[in-house]
Amino acid sequence: MRGSKALSLAPARSLPGPRFRTALVAYLFLAPALVLLSVFTFAPLVLGVFLAFADYNVLTPPRWVGTENLRIVTQDPAFWVALRNSLRYLLVVPALQLAALLLALLVNRRLPGITLFRAAYYVPVITSFAVAGLMWNWMYAQHGVVNWVGLRLGLLGRPFDWLNHPTLALYAVMLVTFWKGIGYYMVLYLAGLQAIPQELLEAARVDGAGRIQAFFLVTLPLLRPTLLLGTLLSTLAAVKVFEEVYVMTGGGPFGQTTTALLYIYQKAFQEFRFGLAAAAGLFVAALGLGLSLLHVRLFREGGLRPW
Amino acid sequence: MVRNLRSTLGHGLLYGLLSGIALLTLFPFLWTLSTSLSTGGGVFTFPPRLVPEHPGLTNFVEVVQALPVGRYFLNSVLLTAYGVLGTLLVCSLAAYPLARMDFPGRDAILAALLGTLLLPNEAAFVVNFLTLGRLGLVNTYTGVVLPSLASVVGIFLLRQAYLAIPQELLDAARVDGASELRIWARIVLPLSRPALAALGTFSFVAYWNSFIWPLVVLRDPDRYPLAVGLLYLQGLFAHNTRLIAAGTVLAMLPILAVFLFAQRSFVQGLEGAVR
Repeated sequence: MRGSKALSLAPARSLPGPRFRTALVAYLFLAPALVLLSVFTFAPLVLGVFLAFADYNVLTPPRWVGTENLRIVTQDPAFWVALRNSLRYLLVVPALQLAALLLALLVNRRLPGITLFRAAYYVPVITSFAVAGLMWNWMYAQHGVVNWVGLRLGLLGRPFDWLNHPTLALYAVMLVTFWKGIGYYMVLYLAGLQAIPQELLEAARVDGAGRIQAFFLVTLPLLRPTLLLGTLLSTLAAVKVFEEVYVMTGGGPFGQTTTALLYIYQKAFQEFRFGLAAAAGLFVAALGLGLSLLHVRLFREGGLRPW
Repeated sequence: MVRNLRSTLGHGLLYGLLSGIALLTLFPFLWTLSTSLSTGGGVFTFPPRLVPEHPGLTNFVEVVQALPVGRYFLNSVLLTAYGVLGTLLVCSLAAYPLARMDFPGRDAILAALLGTLLLPNEAAFVVNFLTLGRLGLVNTYTGVVLPSLASVVGIFLLRQAYLAIPQELLDAARVDGASELRIWARIVLPLSRPALAALGTFSFVAYWNSFIWPLVVLRDPDRYPLAVGLLYLQGLFAHNTRLIAAGTVLAMLPILAVFLFAQRSFVQGLEGAVR
């Protein structure tokens, strides 16, 4: 319609067509976002790979060094400790997802005050890791609440220095990740549960299925996409864990709680060896990509199928 | 009668369970709040105190007067406002043609945006720091916010809202000769308020809480936002738990206020992000 109007008013060839105008306007609207994404999201994908094969410390121009960085990183025992810790962190995923699902089932009911409880479980999610880390350092202190509970329950003989233990410190930080994440995945699963048509559950009940049977036969299969999303997000977050470790232990004691991303951070911003940081980044990227592919495969082939 | 008793008992158990879990998630906050309000006695006591000893606000007065917490707070306000407004502007502009215009390259752009959510970009912050150096933006708030202004999740969230606007409204405005910019500002934006509020609250929380990236970009401790400043002060005054606790409470207050006022936006935003 607009085309014919333009034709009647102006000579056909002297003006660019309305399609061209639309495209021009569209790209003007998109320009800020496209420029920013090109510079800060797409370019690092390419430049990061380039940097991994260069020696660069900001002061002198980058110098091509081939696979030197990859060799240095793979021969650094600290790198393998960091990678091992990032993989160990995957332990938090099943615990977190199961607890969040159970919590979502628990709060998925009409009950006076239930939104208050949901809010209470969500508050850690919107707390900065800086604040969470400070608070949990106090919780884990010599005379903090964790030791008090441990002593009262008879689990500990005397107060324990959680964040200075070479192996347990990482698990102490994992508990913080769990505490901070459970509300997020609860809301995710709550949305998934509320999208399930009520009639299906009622039909199952009419057919004689009990509550638990209805859960496994109706709810869980329909929740599968949400479960896939939740576990995938949680897995990738676990591999990339960084902030809580940075605040709570700084990678210590003796680098024993360093994670892969903390290792990259230290190489780049404490040692200014950007090439090494980028080389380690390639490993983490490959690991993340591999885990997501594996994850989708497992879900598709029914690795998680209790019914 | 028996049935009634059973349901009362069941409700009692349920509320007990719900409250127990709430105590676990809220305990660190309650302890910190109590410590920040205590003006006497020991900080770490067995059993831990949830009711402040000699309650008073002197810790808050002292942390603002003796330490630059007031300045950090203002820095956070400035940085967060910059980030939130910038994100809303960039995303709401970009979402419009992606939702309501037909132009060559649109599908490719949508695919590329989706790709950014899947491609591994873990070490991007290393390259981005070097880029900011080249642009002369190290130690500036622009450098802190710029890499995250074009939020892909935000663009998709707003695009979803724009798609729900009736075509007749846009056509009528076009017949009246309104420019696309005018249509975006006068029709599309007002009709997408809930989605804009959701993106706004989400980016508010993200910018207010961020600390690693500001720590990397900002050199000058005078420019630190509160989250970074608290860690910095903790390093200097680790022994004074009460003061740091008061600073921590100050850092949480705006987040909690926004959360209470905009709970719906949070849930909508998350659901939008999931879709």
